Amino acid sequence: MRAVKTLLAGVALAAGLAGAAQAQDKTKVGFIFVGPVGDGGWTYEHNQGRLAVEEEFGDSVETIYQESVPEGADAERAITQMALAGADLIFTTSFGYMDATVAVAEKFPDIKFEHATGYKTAPNVSVYSARFYEGRAVQGHIAGKMTKSNIIGYIASFPIPEVIRGINSAYIHAKKVNPDVQFKIIWAYTWFDPAKEADAAKALIEQGADVILQHTDSTAPQAAAQEAGNIITFGQASDMSDYAPMPRVSSIIDNWAPYYIARTKAVMDGTWESVSTWDGIGSGMVGIGEITDAVPADVKAEAEALRDSLASGEYHAFTGPLNKQDGSAWLAEGETADDGTLAGMNFYVEGIEGEIPSN
Amino acid sequence: MIHLEKRPQPSRFWAGFTPILAVIATMIAGGIMFWMLGKDPLEAIRTIFWDPLFHETFGPYSRPQLLVKAAPLILIAIGLSLGFRAGIWNIGAEGQYIMGAICGAGVGLAFYPSDSILIFPAMVLAGAIGGWAWAMIPGLLKVKFGTNEILVSLMLVYVAENLLASVSQGLLQNPEGMGFPGSRNFRDFPAAYNTEIIGGTGMHWGVAAAFIAVIFAYVLLTRHMLGFQVRLTGQAPRAARFAGVNPTRLILFCLGTSGALAGLAGLFEVSGPAGQVTIDFNSGYGFTAIIVAFLGRLHPIGILLAGLLMALTYIGGELAQLMLGLPGAAIQMFQGMLMFFLLAMDVLSHYRIRFNKNATA
Repeated sequence: MRAVKTLLAGVALAAGLAGAAQAQDKTKVGFIFVGPVGDGGWTYEHNQGRLAVEEEFGDSVETIYQESVPEGADAERAITQMALAGADLIFTTSFGYMDATVAVAEKFPDIKFEHATGYKTAPNVSVYSARFYEGRAVQGHIAGKMTKSNIIGYIASFPIPEVIRGINSAYIHAKKVNPDVQFKIIWAYTWFDPAKEADAAKALIEQGADVILQHTDSTAPQAAAQEAGNIITFGQASDMSDYAPMPRVSSIIDNWAPYYIARTKAVMDGTWESVSTWDGIGSGMVGIGEITDAVPADVKAEAEALRDSLASGEYHAFTGPLNKQDGSAWLAEGETADDGTLAGMNFYVEGIEGEIPSN
Repeated sequence: MIHLEKRPQPSRFWAGFTPILAVIATMIAGGIMFWMLGKDPLEAIRTIFWDPLFHETFGPYSRPQLLVKAAPLILIAIGLSLGFRAGIWNIGAEGQYIMGAICGAGVGLAFYPSDSILIFPAMVLAGAIGGWAWAMIPGLLKVKFGTNEILVSLMLVYVAENLLASVSQGLLQNPEGMGFPGSRNFRDFPAAYNTEIIGGTGMHWGVAAAFIAVIFAYVLLTRHMLGFQVRLTGQAPRAARFAGVNPTRLILFCLGTSGALAGLAGLFEVSGPAGQVTIDFNSGYGFTAIIVAFLGRLHPIGILLAGLLMALTYIGGELAQLMLGLPGAAIQMFQGMLMFFLLAMDVLSHYRIRFNKNATA
């Protein structure tokens, strides 16, 4: 009797192992998204990266995702369930997932995790982000040249370093070409909320802004600008070319596909290591969407030259002389900002009015 | 010819049976929707309702998670139901939830990194007081100036959200967080961490508090004078006044209790499952709890079951996204259907359906 039992157990074990081996043939890649995949901005582009992974590896890969995952207590559960579902590699694509990602990674040491825009790494947690501020420099240049009212509206999301960097970079380059330029900033406290974003855009337009920059992910500000007329905007995270040539005159495009493909490949080959990646226009992680004919040819040429010099590394978006908002010196003539300062940036540069909320 | 005839008294049988009927109708209508999306409807329904409980891989993890997800909903909904029964509409539980979290977490973080065993009880107290105080604002304004508590409590949600944003990048910000918003994580602060009472069961202190609240509310409503006054005021305000119910006292009691419970829910969440104060720490529990309160028929036991059912659709919905690739919006539609059918089925408890062959119009 006992022998039979042992035999059965052995068979069951063998069957189980075979099943496990079969499941491992396909590399399973999971994605946690902060918005819906149809947001037309941030999450849309991450999902494009996911689809690119599927296309690149075909049958040898399976992708799973969960959208609109709140950045609170729910995130940890969503990531854990994804780990339990057998994912080999999990991308968590918003800043607010940082602690949850690290906590789940501790419990699943064999699964690789990649967290976007954060700073906490572990042996099985990488971080990656893009130097969006390079794109903001190009936007600022165009905005400074194009504004007639000299008021540029900025829909900011959360006061985190990434957003503050973008404001500073856009302001520096707008100011450079138009010393009279003024920034009006509205903090929306959301990444994706079409109604709130539209309200913010309308409020800025009422205050005289004729250029709207946004660090939120929906196309609602574009629609609001279109309705108001004679306002220019820039696509955020995604090209938003439905609104070209006006109001959308250019865009910052996040292109995650090459990174996602490379990291998936690394897991397949067993060469995955924990890294911190911060790429910009040069590597293609940040793209500048086509500048439309609504922008005069000379401005377009300047903007493209700026883009190319940022890509080649010959120019840095934060090059001195630059002072902080309170007038204290930050960068000397010709000095460029180091990544550490940029990563934790919590101050405005000189000339921006208003305060970063509660700082 | 079918027509509806108003019942003199709402049917007790149907009042209890309609939630079950609503769940069945949701399964059918939801199944059709999943089928139209190209998924196997039976598999989708099974994934949502069965897998979180009994799936061999997910079950052991999701079962405790059901309690974790349901606890704040139940705790808040119990408080709200007292007011709702008396016709006192606290719509701002979300704000009280946030204030409870801020006050409770603030007290804890003030003592970092002490390991005194008194810290956690002090946090619990501060959380309850924070929520209570925030609910007292609409309460006092109502009894002193006759303002509408629905508007005031709702508006205070937005005030609380802005305070939350402010403290997570100011007062309570993690000094070692490199300038990023958000407080220290309570995971790294054992004396203040709302840990599981029994490991692996999901039973943290907030879950225990939710069960205790259910029992207290049940006793209050069935055995206590105050509970009788609450019920009487809701059903017959004039009679209640003649019976000597003090409306001021009742308003402050209902708003205060619901605020304190929402504050407790916020504290248990921030010090446990969420782990830290962040800008977008609140994820709508205060509003979802309103649905839970009504889904549970404003009855403590009903709310307990409704909270668990709600948690089940959340977690099951997540699994359906993961395993079947259902879009997130379809899951929200599914939850919306549940609410819709529940309200629609109410017609059965208030009306009698008559089949009349020789109808004359």
